[in-house]
Amino acid sequence: MSRIQSTFQGLQATGRKALIPFITAGYPDGALTLPLMRALVAGGADIIELGVPFSDPMADGPTIQRASERALAGGMSLRRVIDIVRQFRAEDDTIPVVLMGYANPIEAMSQELFVAAAAEAGVDGVLVVDYPPEECSEFTALARSAGIDQIFLLAPTSSERRFREVAEAGSGYIYYVSLKGVTGAGSLDFDEVAQRIPKIRAAVGMPVGVGFGIRDAESAKRIGAVTDAVVIGSRIIEEIEASSRPQTLARVETFVRGIRAALDESAGT
Amino acid sequence: MADMHDYSLPDARGHFGPYGGVFVAETLMPALEELRLAYEACREDPHFVAEFEYELKHYVGRPSPVYHASRLSDKLGGARILLKREDLNHTGAHKVNNCIGQALLARRMGKPRVIAETGAGQHGVATATVAARYGFECVVYMGSEDVKRQAANVYRMKLLGATVVPVESGSKTLKDALNEAMRDWVTNVSDTFYIIGTVAGPHPYPAMVRDFQTVIGKECLEQMPEAFGRQPDVVIACVGGGSNAMGIFHPYIPHRGVRLIGVEAAGEGIATGRHAAPLTANSPVGVLHGNRTYLMQDENGQIIDTHSISAGLDYPGVGPEHAWLKDSGRAEYVAVTDAEALEAFHALCRYEGIIAALESSHAVAQAMKIAPTLGRDKLLLVNLSGRGDKDMHTVAERSGIRL
Repeated sequence: MSRIQSTFQGLQATGRKALIPFITAGYPDGALTLPLMRALVAGGADIIELGVPFSDPMADGPTIQRASERALAGGMSLRRVIDIVRQFRAEDDTIPVVLMGYANPIEAMSQELFVAAAAEAGVDGVLVVDYPPEECSEFTALARSAGIDQIFLLAPTSSERRFREVAEAGSGYIYYVSLKGVTGAGSLDFDEVAQRIPKIRAAVGMPVGVGFGIRDAESAKRIGAVTDAVVIGSRIIEEIEASSRPQTLARVETFVRGIRAALDESAGT
Repeated sequence: MADMHDYSLPDARGHFGPYGGVFVAETLMPALEELRLAYEACREDPHFVAEFEYELKHYVGRPSPVYHASRLSDKLGGARILLKREDLNHTGAHKVNNCIGQALLARRMGKPRVIAETGAGQHGVATATVAARYGFECVVYMGSEDVKRQAANVYRMKLLGATVVPVESGSKTLKDALNEAMRDWVTNVSDTFYIIGTVAGPHPYPAMVRDFQTVIGKECLEQMPEAFGRQPDVVIACVGGGSNAMGIFHPYIPHRGVRLIGVEAAGEGIATGRHAAPLTANSPVGVLHGNRTYLMQDENGQIIDTHSISAGLDYPGVGPEHAWLKDSGRAEYVAVTDAEALEAFHALCRYEGIIAALESSHAVAQAMKIAPTLGRDKLLLVNLSGRGDKDMHTVAERSGIRL
């Protein structure tokens, strides 16, 4: 069983929902990424999504674009992200780490070398935004044989046929993009999410996380009530942006702890 | 070379051999499927085809002539240089052919809002033009660097009723405008039609844009025998994303005796790294803007800044069909520097009274290179894809003149 699967099993046994915070690796700088991962865990993260910065992040809004540009200016790369995961894994053997990014840095390294290096470093899952299942069957096979879960996106526009396709190709969990738009965009439609999630869960047979548009304890709580996991990204980047360096770690930890408390409240624990 | 007689790429999923495809976030997949189905229905629909042809004739002013640049040819000696005059189209470039096609499709699909990305501004102007013509709301994304370089076109778009959004992210050029247009489309996918201006992007765009642009090459197939007694020996076109080149190349692909030469922007020279010539420089293959193709990138897979005097060629990738034509050997790709393009620009002004776009001047420059090496019986057909009014400031600045 993968680290991601056992995490969800453990949560389900206690009736709790997974909290999946996202940070961009290398933002605000490479030295702070590992301490930030520890802060996320201390605040109550169940899984960490680590953004691999890309020069052309088409699916991201201004906040993550800025973070990506800054990270790249500081010299962050896919290989360095994998090194950071290796360091994290040396000290933490339970919290799953999912790399989230775009296809080109992976293709530049080569799919084979990337999957081998990621698996060796202790990466648990990979979400490649611009790899729909029909374009990445070789990558999917490589990841699967290396024991890495490939996470796929579903959107409000996705058809039910699509549910089955990602269920077949993906594993670990499904990331439901709760609004039309880019990361960090406006408000989400709770009723739409509440209606769709049970259908998706029934069709895919794996946990469903919801992201894009979750900004505070209140929205996390409402989404948490209808889903298996809550992904929160741009809002954490904003927290880092707004903090002065000495306070960054404490501020991020406190923010994540607030979301954790709200989520646990909605689960009734 | 592969057999080109039954050339029918892309395949059903938009692949040209290993290139092309649909590499986008899940949010856009249903929109692309909707677009593909709508386009496939329209291209078989005689009413749609008739309407497209009517608009090209009466609104764009087609067919555009093939003109023998006799003074330039005589000056150079050697092969005769013929110009396919896309610069004479309404709005001054080939871009409008595709915009008419996509606008008619948007109307069929009931989308009230169109968006576009633009580099030099030609595609933005063409989109704003058709938006006014058919009554769409129109938003054009343009890198803030290009907004500065192409002020006249920005004003044109505004006159036509479009909103021009300067894009401040990344390198602030065409590729970033494309990113931003994609973000808009993801957000407003239900009421918005994204009019992509070149033969790149996710399927069906590379094939659809090509199909709308093939009017250029189809006209040449008829005009050449009428005016010059036979088909050309060589067809030359500039390649940024590559829409004007695909438009003139595609009908000639089965004509094995016709050499096809795509001309990329060598900028300050391929060796300097400051260029926009992924095919000529043999850049690695990668994924950007929804398709797999040759891409200018660093060793970590980050897209690198490109350079060309011509904003319309300043793009790190190239349409996937060009990538395939390069590998198959059916087309050759070369690159021309800023300086060579400027020289051709001035030559065409002086000898023919034609002020060509800097993009098209790259193709003219290549024709000027090879014409003297060929006999007078040879015919070089150059796609003069646009006029150069928009480039007055750039050219003047290069000559140390302030307008």
